Amino acid sequence: MAGLTKKDAVLTAYAEKLETLDAPQGRSLSQDAFRRLSANRAAMVSIFVLGFIILAALIGPFFVPWDGGTVDWGSIRKPPDFSKGHYFGTDQNGRDLLARLLQGTQMSLMVAGVATLVSVFIGVIYGAVSGYFGGRVDAMMMRFVDIMYALPYILFVIILVVIFGRSPVLLFVGIGALEWLTMARIVRGQTLSLKEKEFVEAARAGGAKPWTIITRHIVPNLTGPVVIYATLTVPEIIITESFLSYLGLGVQEPLTSLGTLISNGTPVAEVMPWLLVFPAIVLVSMLMCLTYIGDGLRDALDPKDH
Amino acid sequence: MLGYAFRRVLSALPIALIAVTVAFFILRLAPGGPFDGERALPPDVLANLRAHYNLDQPIWMQYFIYVKGVVTGDLGPSMVVEDFTVSQLIAIGLPFTLMLGLTAFVSATAIGMLAGVVAAVNQNKWPDYALVLVVMLGVVIPNFLMGGLLQLVFGVYLKWLPAGGWVNGSLPHLVLPVTVLAWPHAARISRLMRGSMIEVLGTNFIRTAKSKGIGERLMLTRHALKPALIPVVSYLGPGLSYLLTGSLVVENIFGLPGIGKYFVTAALNRDYGLVLGTTIFYVALILVLNLLVDLVYAWLDPRVRFH
Repeated sequence: MAGLTKKDAVLTAYAEKLETLDAPQGRSLSQDAFRRLSANRAAMVSIFVLGFIILAALIGPFFVPWDGGTVDWGSIRKPPDFSKGHYFGTDQNGRDLLARLLQGTQMSLMVAGVATLVSVFIGVIYGAVSGYFGGRVDAMMMRFVDIMYALPYILFVIILVVIFGRSPVLLFVGIGALEWLTMARIVRGQTLSLKEKEFVEAARAGGAKPWTIITRHIVPNLTGPVVIYATLTVPEIIITESFLSYLGLGVQEPLTSLGTLISNGTPVAEVMPWLLVFPAIVLVSMLMCLTYIGDGLRDALDPKDH
Repeated sequence: MLGYAFRRVLSALPIALIAVTVAFFILRLAPGGPFDGERALPPDVLANLRAHYNLDQPIWMQYFIYVKGVVTGDLGPSMVVEDFTVSQLIAIGLPFTLMLGLTAFVSATAIGMLAGVVAAVNQNKWPDYALVLVVMLGVVIPNFLMGGLLQLVFGVYLKWLPAGGWVNGSLPHLVLPVTVLAWPHAARISRLMRGSMIEVLGTNFIRTAKSKGIGERLMLTRHALKPALIPVVSYLGPGLSYLLTGSLVVENIFGLPGIGKYFVTAALNRDYGLVLGTTIFYVALILVLNLLVDLVYAWLDPRVRFH
């Protein structure tokens, strides 16, 4: 190694050392977000609890000794009784409460899922179109959203339900079709800044049609805020559905939902408390989990807030 | 300020008209008419009835008659409650709903703001944590469940307060309904108030005020409160709308004689006329109160007057 100065030797050694080391690992945005989310204890516990509730609602009915429609004539209005397999007791008609509860949770989750999808679909498209085209189109579309905001939409849901009958499908679509307003506003705001970005300009220069730009370039970049807000929409929809069911305007017998169960349990809670307590616990823990998960996602995906 | 108020009133009118229009056309879309009884009416009688209710006119004419009726306060007859017009029923229920709603609104706003300020001043100490818990309960327990639980605990087990019903002017009968209505509202307000207060307390002009040596109380009331109120006031409008639709449930749980009770009963009985009449009234109520909120907002934040 003649002719090498001391400095060269040091540099060579350093270069060799670098070669043997692993390349520095980059962290993607989603990895960062995931790390922040898993550090949030409340959100993680909530994800587990919610996951357990969802799993129980989906596969629980196969393991429960009774099913929600069967009447056990031997035990009507009975408190929890493990020997007969009525773990949560029975209702006034002798139906097993645990089975009814699983059935009701399933229905509430289904309404929430479908209605959230409907509201995300409408909200994202409406907001992206409004933000992308801007100008007069934007002004008119957002004016319409303002008007809808001022109306007590729940009354209109009730009117629709009263006039067109009480089918669960109408409930899904009706609630979803009225919950998209905030989503549209958020999406529009994001779109306004996204459409000035270079990649949108590049797409436009390449001759992409507005619809292609919106669906292929803008919407994928909206994922973060849309996911956050969708998570926060789910509890609102669950509350709306239970509210309608509570008033007797939602899910009808023999189907049931958490709201229907609570509404049936409240008047008799003095003598048969289990009919109110168990559905209430499930509903409240679901809402609490969803709130914590939504907050956690917001903190994880939107670090600007810190 | 006056010009701003005028513009706001003008922009509220089309919203009211849209609500009336939507309501009218949904009414006409509804299957079945008010005279489809079990026994078919003789054709002459039917024709007379239809003429009396203007149903023989073309639809656009009926629309104008309906709008004119709404403007003059005539919302048509109730189709189920005999001998009453919709306007009469609303005149009975409205004062109660207004009283209930405004009591809840005012107390919730006051309590929420106070709690928010206290939590902000004591950030990360026990009053702050206590508030988080109370707020969480208010947000995750839906009003119909909260109503049932409070009824059960205070009305049935402890017997401190009446579990429901209404005796004119009796304050104890109001306590539980107002609590149920106000809790979630106060919770959201206090959360907003806490956040914005913490932000304002960190600004330079507050530091200046502190360094001048004014007391904490004066600094809060004279300097920090007004700018911190802005996000809170902007929530009051939507919050009011939530609160009033919440009165639907509260009136039904506690058996109170407001328009929310009429609305739900009418919806269950398919009394279209009454459903639409109460809807229009709810919309009008929300618009008027929103207008007031906007004016307060413009007073707090002069920038909005010039938009």
